[in-house]
Amino acid sequence: MADRAPSVPLITAASPTAPSPAQSVSKSTPKPSSIPPASSLARFGDKIYGAVIFLASLSIFGIILWLFWQLTGASLPSIRHFGLSFVTGSEWDEVSSSYHVLPYIFGTLFSSAIALLLAVPVSIGAAIFLSELAPRWIRTPATFLIELLAAIPSVVYGLWGIFILIPFMKQFIVTPIVGSRLPHLPIIGELFKGQSAGYSMLAAGMILAIMVTPFITAVTRDILRAIPRSQREGSYALGATKWETISQVVIPYAKSGIIGAVILGLGRALGETMAVTMLIGNQPPNTPNGISLSVFQPGYTLASALANKFSEASPGLSTSALVEVGLVLFGVTIVVNGAARLLVFYTAKDVQGGK
Amino acid sequence: MHKSFTQTWKGAVLAALGLTLLGGASAQAQQINGAGATFPAPLYLKWFQEYKNATGVQVNYQAIGSGGGIKNITAHAVDFGASDAPMNAAEMAAAPGILHIPTVAGAVVVAYNIPGVGPGIHLTPTIIADIFLGKVTKWNDPQITRLSPGTKFPSTSIFPVHRSDGSGTTNIYTTYLSEVSSEWGGSDGPKSGKSVRWPNGLGGKGNAGVAQLIKQNEGGIGYIELSYAVTNVISYAAIRNAKGKFIYPSVDNTSDAAEGVTLPADFRKVITNTSAVNGYPITGFTFLLVYKNGTRPEVKKLLEWCLTTGQAGAAAQQYAPLPPSVKRRALAAVASMR
Repeated sequence: MADRAPSVPLITAASPTAPSPAQSVSKSTPKPSSIPPASSLARFGDKIYGAVIFLASLSIFGIILWLFWQLTGASLPSIRHFGLSFVTGSEWDEVSSSYHVLPYIFGTLFSSAIALLLAVPVSIGAAIFLSELAPRWIRTPATFLIELLAAIPSVVYGLWGIFILIPFMKQFIVTPIVGSRLPHLPIIGELFKGQSAGYSMLAAGMILAIMVTPFITAVTRDILRAIPRSQREGSYALGATKWETISQVVIPYAKSGIIGAVILGLGRALGETMAVTMLIGNQPPNTPNGISLSVFQPGYTLASALANKFSEASPGLSTSALVEVGLVLFGVTIVVNGAARLLVFYTAKDVQGGK
Repeated sequence: MHKSFTQTWKGAVLAALGLTLLGGASAQAQQINGAGATFPAPLYLKWFQEYKNATGVQVNYQAIGSGGGIKNITAHAVDFGASDAPMNAAEMAAAPGILHIPTVAGAVVVAYNIPGVGPGIHLTPTIIADIFLGKVTKWNDPQITRLSPGTKFPSTSIFPVHRSDGSGTTNIYTTYLSEVSSEWGGSDGPKSGKSVRWPNGLGGKGNAGVAQLIKQNEGGIGYIELSYAVTNVISYAAIRNAKGKFIYPSVDNTSDAAEGVTLPADFRKVITNTSAVNGYPITGFTFLLVYKNGTRPEVKKLLEWCLTTGQAGAAAQQYAPLPPSVKRRALAAVASMR
């Protein structure tokens, strides 16, 4: 509603489109009545458009449900045969048709945990550097390089891991630690027990860490940049140093967003197949229940097991058990993501203005 | 002017598509697809290259493991499958009318990477089983060193390597171990199959994956086909056979092992632990799997070529050609295909 000059007569809603002589004096006034109302044809087109877009968004939900339905249907023979022992038992034996996946579930979670433990400090540090501390001329090239890491195919990471990371690890990490007192310490020693051929949880965890770093860094950097400058300026005005501003104002403000970024990285780590298969040893550790806290022991993840065994699955219980492995991976991903989302929700409520 | 350019452009694209489809269709007729074992893959790839030079027919072979070969031919996804493990009863029931055609015999060698130790150390069947069961863990264990006097073994740990995918090579190897070790073949042991419950060690994908793991890890020991060990220059052991002689695997003693065996009518048997005096104990035939009815004539011609002309080139690739009696019966089986 523009301000009208007092000399112009009031315009009523029923005015015709032709301007009255008095109105033509001041052409700058807007004439809402001159815009024709939407024809019924245009409105109908809008409705169709709305329906199509709604169906498109519903289809995503529909595909997930359909996927879940298919997975459950194909794994019913295995579910009926093994029940809950499928996820609590430890032995996977094709010869005696006994299928249990606890070591695989542990492998998936443990390798992702190692990956996050290594990646999160590095990623958040990189994001803070890029958004707060870096000189302007370095920001764009550095961002570009980090995002380039995300574009590298995972099989290339696997090859790099086999030929470069594993020999490096064996020479500079495994051999010194295994020969030192570390494996003999009471609690921490459990993490470093046993001889290692290099193909281990640690190798897979390190590669996963490199693969999820660009995702966490990119999202965290965007979140940090979106924080209003007034927050930082207020902090500096109160006399805080750069470090105090970052650690006590910027990071808490962005806390829920950073957790969201970490969830994104976690999602990638849980499902990663190729690079992990090439580096993790494809064998559950030699303990009674197939679980070992040692990062030097080989392991097996749900995704690797599927990749290795599916092409040779014989029809019947074997295939059904493998589809159930897929269902379990589906379930693990949903549970972990759901728990993380709840965490984001609760931390967002604490912080004023958090996302 | 603009409109006629678009029209001509559309026309040109359609014409190009049409020609490609036509060309593709005729190329399809000249293409044979197969998938399966990595055990004979080096030989098959060489054969199919020669076959293409001789006849112009392109044969695509995917080395995805015996299990994958069986699965694909059961699903009629390929023209022929390849497997070193004969199909078991359940697999035969799922693929009615399938034929096993033996092509060559190969040796599964026990390859190792011990720093400072050369090829040809002596190993007995029970020692091998104990290594893979995890009961012997260091290379300088007296049970190993006393078999090869004159070789200095380091104190490196032993890292057994096995197959992570479904493999006919595993089937041959574990059938052998089940025969020679009561613990391996017993009710609690891993027993035999394309995929077994290995007590320890690392898993590699395909013969190539296992070869690479052995080569990369000091102290590694694993089972691979002879051809892979020779090509990748990996040392392998001489194994004591049923007659008590330590046999260092080669094409000749693989043939010896294959000669004395009586195969059943459908060829489905794993021929390990031969009783031939000079035979290498861990050998097996490898099979091409085709349907008796409904297989294309090009595939039948390919099989005949493999069983006749192809046999001459097998030895150069470290595989043993078929013994004459087996070859005769295999050709008869191919002739029976319609």
